[in-house]
Amino acid sequence: MSRNIMRHVYGWLLLTPAAILLIAFTHYPTVATVIDSLFSKGSAIRPSRFVGLANYAMLVDDPIFWKVLTNNAWFALGTIPTSILLAIAMALLVNRAIPGRSLVRMAYFTPTILPMIAVANIWLFFYTPDIGLIDQAAGWFGFDGHNWLGDPATVLPAIIVMTIWKEAGFFMIFYLAALQNVPPELEEAARLEGSTRWYYFRRVLFPLLMPTTLFVMINAVLNSFKLVDHLFVLTKGGPDNASNLLLYYIFESAFSYFDTNYAATLTVILLGLLAVMALMQFYVLDKRVHYR
Amino acid sequence: MNSLRSSFSNLPNALETVAAWFLALFWIAPLVYAFWAAFHPSQYAVHFDIFAPLTLDNLREALSRAPFLRYAFNTFILVTTILFAQLVLCTLAAYAFARYRFFGSNIAFALVLVQLMITPEILIVENYGTLARFDLIDTILGIGLPYMASAFGIFLLRQAFKSTPKELEEAARLEGCGVFGVLWRVYVPLARPTYIAYALVSVSHHWNNFLWPLVVTNSVETRPLTVGLGIFGAPESGVDWSIISAATLMSVAPLLIAFLLFQKQFVQSFMHAGIK
Repeated sequence: MSRNIMRHVYGWLLLTPAAILLIAFTHYPTVATVIDSLFSKGSAIRPSRFVGLANYAMLVDDPIFWKVLTNNAWFALGTIPTSILLAIAMALLVNRAIPGRSLVRMAYFTPTILPMIAVANIWLFFYTPDIGLIDQAAGWFGFDGHNWLGDPATVLPAIIVMTIWKEAGFFMIFYLAALQNVPPELEEAARLEGSTRWYYFRRVLFPLLMPTTLFVMINAVLNSFKLVDHLFVLTKGGPDNASNLLLYYIFESAFSYFDTNYAATLTVILLGLLAVMALMQFYVLDKRVHYR
Repeated sequence: MNSLRSSFSNLPNALETVAAWFLALFWIAPLVYAFWAAFHPSQYAVHFDIFAPLTLDNLREALSRAPFLRYAFNTFILVTTILFAQLVLCTLAAYAFARYRFFGSNIAFALVLVQLMITPEILIVENYGTLARFDLIDTILGIGLPYMASAFGIFLLRQAFKSTPKELEEAARLEGCGVFGVLWRVYVPLARPTYIAYALVSVSHHWNNFLWPLVVTNSVETRPLTVGLGIFGAPESGVDWSIISAATLMSVAPLLIAFLLFQKQFVQSFMHAGIK
């Protein structure tokens, strides 16, 4: 009997230190954000007051909000499928015995361990108009310089290319792990049946890698909402919000425009998006278990 | 005939090797370029000449313009503080979840997992307010505090503890070990690979973290490398490209060197951490 009670006591005592910090920095602020989004921006003469959904009405009418949301969608669409395809290609290339295999794998993986800020610093110079590396290279072939980061049409693609460079090697390691679990007899059998390697990849390997692809995809989508560091160095969200993303807009609203209540409202939208993806992940991972 | 066939079937392999190497060169090129710019005078930044003179002036100049050594020290303190606290807090919590089926443990575990999705930097507005109330703005402790109870660490260690055979625990209890004795002598040593994997992932994550430290810090004494570098490299600062490259390489050097030395361990850790 007493051992039974001790079980609960010990369990909770062991959990308490972590629980306090988790509540203070995850659960409490989540609830507080939702509450704050229902209040108006306070000032010295007019204190903050309850305004119901007024902030959300403002958000629906805010063209920048829709702009950053669309940018987030394009950013995810631009980076994720290409990164995944490249990651699969990289994993297949280094999964067999080739000369200098570990060097090649290192080259693919190295961008992953660099901070996004450092990556942005390196790529900033590539994109600098006229004197930057890309424009110089274009100049050798007789093309004119272009302000890659200053042109609303090219700024997001430029950032997408940089992000793919940073992320593909990270996804590669998950495919490498998955490929190690594919029995080699499958490839042998396919070869004996006379199927081409492309056929083997398309009909055998790719379907087998599907759980990995789903796992990587969901994490990549989540990540794409959190990845804003590069904007601080490259564009500050500009020109004219052409490269702005939701989390960066939250930062701007809170710390540049000092409208914490509007920032809270934007955060609620971000939390909602993340919650939807979390549910999708549960659903997908659930299916993955049945699949096995 | 046979040898012809085999050399013919080797062709795709050879092509793939070339493709693998080509992609690798392409992939490492931006970093190699940063090295080139950092160690050559700035007039050679886009002028590639094998005989261009090597120089350390860019490094010296970067160091004289911003206190990168101090930033590096701050980052070091930051990542070690976070890691130490994480190891302690996550071990205790994971032990509770793995071995004590206490009242409400399932709900508590679900609530812990919420943090996997909602990481502290998403709640910058509220968390900034919390830190301000405790007077922790512009402190290294303030940067680290939200990350110390890591859902990811709790999750990984719980998995590891769960796979530890119960018989070992019973044997240790018969030997007279208490609650913490069992944890320290049985569970922790057996979870060593998980600890190493988690430590590498945690250190590289917090070495590279930017947004939250940027919000919290506003002085040289607390600013980590990433924030220092972000301020240094901002376009309006108008610093020479070669000097920015030098500063960038200095900021990533410790982690990069550690990665190159323990490459296999790093890759396996990220794999281990991502899959479980």
